[in-house]
Order: sequence, then C-alpha cells, then structure tokens
Amino acid sequence: MKVTVERSELLRSLSHVHRVVERRNTIPILANVLVRADGAELSFKATDLDLEVVETIAAEVAGAGVTTVPAHMFYEIVRKLPEGAQIGLDATGERAVMTIRAGRSKFTLQTLPESDFPDLAAGEMTHAFSLSAADLKRLIDKAQFAISTEETRYYLNGIFLHRVGEGPDAVLRAVATDGHRLAQVQFPAPAGTEGMPGVIVPRKTVGEVLRLIEDPAGEVKIELSATKIRFGIGAVVLTSKLIDGTFPDYGRVIPTGNDKLLEVEKHDFEQAVDRVSTVASERGRAVKLSLSGSKLTLSVTNPDSGSATEEIEVAYDAEPIDIGFNSRYLLDIAAQIEGDTAILRLADPGSPTLIEDKDAKGALYVLMPMRV
Amino acid sequence: MGAFCRDCLARLPERTSPERVVRCPACGSPRLVRHPDLDRLTLAHVDCDAFYAAIEKRDDPSLIDKPVIIGGGRRGVVATACYVARTFGVHSAMPMFEARKLCPDAVVIRPDMPKYVKAGRAVRAMMGELTPLVEPLSIDEAFLDLTGTERLHGTSPAETLARFALRVEREIGITVSVGLSENKFLAKLASDRDKPRGFTVMSREEAARWLAPKPVTAIFGVGRATASALARRGYATVADLQRADEPTLMRAFGTEGLRLGRLARGIDARRVTPDRPTKSISAETTLDADLADYRALEKLLWALCEKVSDRLKAAGLSGATVTLKLKDSGFHLRTRARTLPDPTALARTIFAAARDLLARETDGTTFRLIGVGVSALADLADADPPDLVDPTAGRGAAAEHAVDRIREKFGKAAVVRGLVLDDGPTKPPASPAGGKGAPASAKKARQRQDRAALRSSRDISPATTKSP
Repeated sequence: MKVTVERSELLRSLSHVHRVVERRNTIPILANVLVRADGAELSFKATDLDLEVVETIAAEVAGAGVTTVPAHMFYEIVRKLPEGAQIGLDATGERAVMTIRAGRSKFTLQTLPESDFPDLAAGEMTHAFSLSAADLKRLIDKAQFAISTEETRYYLNGIFLHRVGEGPDAVLRAVATDGHRLAQVQFPAPAGTEGMPGVIVPRKTVGEVLRLIEDPAGEVKIELSATKIRFGIGAVVLTSKLIDGTFPDYGRVIPTGNDKLLEVEKHDFEQAVDRVSTVASERGRAVKLSLSGSKLTLSVTNPDSGSATEEIEVAYDAEPIDIGFNSRYLLDIAAQIEGDTAILRLADPGSPTLIEDKDAKGALYVLMPMRV
Repeated sequence: MGAFCRDCLARLPERTSPERVVRCPACGSPRLVRHPDLDRLTLAHVDCDAFYAAIEKRDDPSLIDKPVIIGGGRRGVVATACYVARTFGVHSAMPMFEARKLCPDAVVIRPDMPKYVKAGRAVRAMMGELTPLVEPLSIDEAFLDLTGTERLHGTSPAETLARFALRVEREIGITVSVGLSENKFLAKLASDRDKPRGFTVMSREEAARWLAPKPVTAIFGVGRATASALARRGYATVADLQRADEPTLMRAFGTEGLRLGRLARGIDARRVTPDRPTKSISAETTLDADLADYRALEKLLWALCEKVSDRLKAAGLSGATVTLKLKDSGFHLRTRARTLPDPTALARTIFAAARDLLARETDGTTFRLIGVGVSALADLADADPPDLVDPTAGRGAAAEHAVDRIREKFGKAAVVRGLVLDDGPTKPPASPAGGKGAPASAKKARQRQDRAALRSSRDISPATTKSP
C-alpha cells in the first residue's frame, strides 16, 4: 500500500474512527485501525466488537493494499504534523510496518495483518429510512441523559427506538429510562419505518452518532434489522449491535391522571434549583418543592452543612403539596426544556410526576419523587 | 528506670537498681515489668489470649489442661486454638481437618458467638473506663491511647494497664496481653511478643533493633506480593528498609515505599480513632462439603444475604456495592463485586445482584466457602427508592418489611422464602457471555419465588392477628 493524502482530511477521518477504539484492550488487534487503499480512495475502519465505524476519503493511491496500525498512535502522529502537510503512507516493505512521512518527519508503526481484523458481520438489514440530522440529534439529545448505566438491567442501557401508531399519525419515538426518570421524544415517522422492529440502541452508539453529526443540515440514512443498526452520516458509516433484550412496558409508568398542574418559568426554576442544591450532600441530593397558592418554595436541608430556601412565583391553583426530587435529575430535565415555560403535572409525594415543555411538543419526562 | 510487679502492682523502690531484682519483693512474682521509658509510653494494644478458648475453659474448668479448639463443624476452619493445642502446631484459620490430624485428642467446640460477644463487650467497657480513645480491631483486641490520663488515674499508663489486666482476669476470668509503646504499629508488635498474659514495653529504638533481622513480612500489610516486589529491589529484611533513604524508596515504590521505610524504623503516625465508621457488612460460611452445584450454593447465598440484610437494617445502614466471595477447593479466593444504582438494605436486592455474580462463577468449580458483603454504605433512609420500571420493587420491599416484622414476633422460621424449600433443577440461570439476554426462565422462576414468599407471608398473617 502506498498513498498520499492531505493532512486535514486524514485527521478528520481518524478523529472520527479512533474514538471507537477502547483505550485498554485485551485483544491486540482491537487497538488498531484498518487502513485500506483502493482505486482513488482511502478507507479506515475501527471496531470494539459492538460498534464499527468506517470512513472513506479521497486520496492519491500509488499502490492498493490494506493493513492495520495502532489507532490512537496513528491519530496522535497525524494530529501533531503541521497543518497543510501532504502525508505519505507506505506499507509496501518486507517488514510488518507502515511508514508515515510528512516533510522531514518519518514514523514507522508496527502493523498487524488485516486478516486478523474482526468484521462486524452486519447481515441483512430489513428496514431503511432517512432522517434530517437535526431531528436525529434532537431525538438523541433529549433522551440520552436518562439512559441507565446499571448492569443488571442491561436492557435499559440504551435508547428504545420504535414506531408507534398507524398511518399519518404514526410517530418515531425514542424512550430512555433508568428507573428514576424517563424521557420520551417523538416526531412523525418517516417513510420506511413501517413494520420496523423496536430496537434498543446502546449508549455508546448514540453518543458516537451524536458526535459524528457535524452538519445539522445534512441527512442521516438509517438501516436496521432486529440485531443491528447502521447510520450513514456523510462519509462515515457506523454499524452497531443492538441490545438484545426487551424494553419494559414504559407506557404504564407515564402518569395520565395527575391533576395538580404547575407552570414555572424554566430559567428561574433551573437557577433556583441549582442554587439551593449547593448545600445538599453528595448523596441524597433531595430538593423539596412546597407548593401553596402561586408560591413555590424550594428547600434543601443538609444536617451536616446547613439549609437553603428560595421562593419563586408560579402558576398553581391546586391544593398545597410538598414533594421532593433529586436536584440533579430536575436540572437534567430542565435543561431539555426549550421554551420559556415548563409544566409539571403532580399527583402526590409518592407518585411519578410528568414534566413537559409548554411550547415544544413531542417530548415528555417522568420523574420519580424522593422521600423528604 | 521504672519498674513494677505485674501481679501485685507493687512499685519497686526508686533506689534499688531493678536490673538486679529478679522477683517482686512484695509478692515474690517473677513477672516484673521494667523499662527505662515505662512512665513515658502511652499507646497500648490489648489482645485477649486465645479468646474463645479461654472463655470455654473458664466455663468448664475440666478443660483447663486439655487442648481446646474452637471451630465450625467437620469442615470449616479453626477460629481459636488454646495454648495447649498450639503446642501441637494448631493455629487459627487452619482447616479443621488439618488441626484434627495434628491434635487428635483436642476437644473441639462449636463457637458460641453470643457468649463471646458478651465477654468481649465487658472487656471493652472496662477499656472505656481507662480512656475514651479505644479503637476496637475486633471482638477481642483494641488500641488504647492513654495520653493525658495520668492525673485521672493517679498513675502512669503502664500501671493503669496492668491494673486493668488484673481486673479482666478477676472479673471476666480470661487473660490479656498488653503491648505498650509509642504508636499503633509498635504497640501491636509488643503485645504479640510475650503472649499469653504478656506485658511488653517497647521503645522505638528497641523495636527497630528487634525488627532489623526479621524478613520484611514482619511489617503489617506486607504480604507475599509486596515482599517479592521488595525482594526484587534487594530489600529482604527490615534492616534493608531501615538503611534505605526516603528518596530511593519513594522512587521505587511511591508513597507506599515511604510508609514502609518509616514503619521499618518504628515510625507510625496513625491515630487511635475510637469511632471508625463501618465500611462494610458481610457474612460468609465454610461449607460442610465442597459444592459446585449452583442451586445448593444459591440457597446458602440467600441465607447469607438475609443475614447481611438483617445486620444492615439493625445498624440503620444500606449499601450500594455487593461483593460475592468464593473460595474454591484449592483455596483460591474469588471476589466479584457489583455496584447498584442505589443503596439497598433489602435481602432480595442484595441476593439478586449476588446470585447474578454467582451464576457466572458456577462453571463446575467446587467451592468450600461462600460469602456476601455490602459496602459503599449509606443511610438506611436513602436506600431502595421507588423505581419507575419495576413497579413490583415497592411491593417486594413492603413484603420483606412485613416478613421482618413477623419474624421479630415469631422467630426466623416463621416465614422462609420458597427457594429454601425448593428442590428444583440444579442448573444456574444460563447467563450468556457479557451478561446480555436475560433468560426468561430465570425471571419467571424469580417471580415464582417472589409470589411464594408473598404467599407464605399471607399464610402466616392470620396468626399475627390472633396473637395477644
């Protein structure tokens, strides 16, 4: 293999693919990126066995070929080379090395044979559709914070992506929950989603997809089957395994009969929660919301350090109630509210509360209260 | 040089040179305690001699001159061997079969923990009268810092301790060994030097001299791994460490090297902290016969989880990290831990995590010990928050609390989980690689058990209403 490529192009691709490579690997080949030169194209592939990223760029190929080199080191070398440099990659010699040349710099990296490189056999994809990058970004952004990290309930370690409803009312919906809070985001289902299976996309995959969306004006092509999902984002193709499990029936935890309606100005609320939670202990970060008339009192008491209270004006006309929430969870949800006003639908201090954006439809959040 | 008699507490007259005195002029005892720094040293380590065995001998004088071993069952390990048994080479933590081989005539007694706890508490209460700075290390040993108690007791810490040792002998009927020095490390070394019924006073210089020819493992915390790391750099004895300068040790072993170098010279800055908070709560059991069977191990695990849960609840604690401990027939230890999203005090939650860890380890290996522990402790009030996804969690917790109340009234056997009685299949719930793909059958089985537990609690409930 003998190739010449422009540094910025190369750097951009490597920055995409090298992130997939785990820093610590027990299988040596997984620390490598596969480099393939063919025709006038140079392609890179990296994998962690659950997730695979391939990116193809244009290059001057003097000799076709394929090899693998340590991903992070390759990336670091290219990153440190001067801007605008023409980089020559050469893996034609007898020895199992690839040389990288730019100006008067020369590096040789140990290679491993490409035949050892694992292939995430994608198999047949059954459904294909397109989303605007902005829609997909929003879908992931708004649900991502609620993904669980708990190992025992591995089926919560991702976003549940599925189609709900029929005909023109059908929506593509993303749901994530960790048992404490739940996020649900949706928009009209694009063509091609008909009959698609509900899939659980792993946390790492959605994080990578989010990072790969550099141009929100673009389109993302999605293909999926019952076991795999593939995202085509510009020149990058990301293929991932899906979480093999059943997502719980989340519908029944979304409260429908909560009759105590509270409207708060999002910005004031967020700031107040943040302020009073300063005195909370690291663990039980409970903030108490006391509602009475149009006054909301937020308070935190920490036996070790002190207490804090703050009052804000709200729209509320149901009977007085005291209810506690984890302050971080409240802030996470408040951060997702795009409009000026958040609506909280409360039932009682022991039951889930529903939170919505007054202006932006299509997203809702459920939050479990804490004992205070 | 200060000197007094350990048996009658008589102080030798100042004018006599104590080196020449062999026996106490007042009572004739040879057990004279003498040391140039006798009146200066204030940090003590007190250790009861062959504690469990001593209590059994106290309660049954016919055992006095017999070798006595306290330990569990046919299998299990020696918890305590009395000094007679120790002459046969029996020591604590030794497997029971080995102990029986060494000393076939030994009287083996099953441990009677409540009795030992009672005696241990009594000893600790007496320690508490000497100083508020008592740091218990276990049921039968503690560090005591007697700094500044001279005026209170009207005498030096050394004599206060000797008086205490006599009082323990008189009132509890067991003996203790006392080590008096200037820090924890040295006090513990000292108490161990002249067991049983010892009273050793050791200054830092003496300790350094005494430690010098010993292998590095004489320093606490230096096990096989550290010792071989030290040996690779040429440190075989404590003297080698004493000779090394701090920058060299720092370069080779980091701050750990500094610490070892200081300990080798008898320097230890740790304080005596009376209320060291509990870091973990655990329970374990050595099996009567090695077991490989998941189902059988699971049953034992459930009992251990209940024990841990009871202790958590009693202490008002909960914990987020569940650790499974297994020792295989070859005495290799395996520990596997999982951290839960929220702290728990529930037996069912601890069990769910521990059994999952167990399922991954039951690969045909035979085990001789199983244990479970909970760490990352938190307040009980923060435990087991309600869960959106698992609405049965709240019911399960309520059921467990109901069972707890029933057991409080009618004893442990009033309600048992279906699992304990079940003689079902012996396969573990298959847990495919990576733990993905929950087996539906296992889930169903769990639900079945939960239902059984609920049912049994319902079956019992009429009795609670009838009771006065």
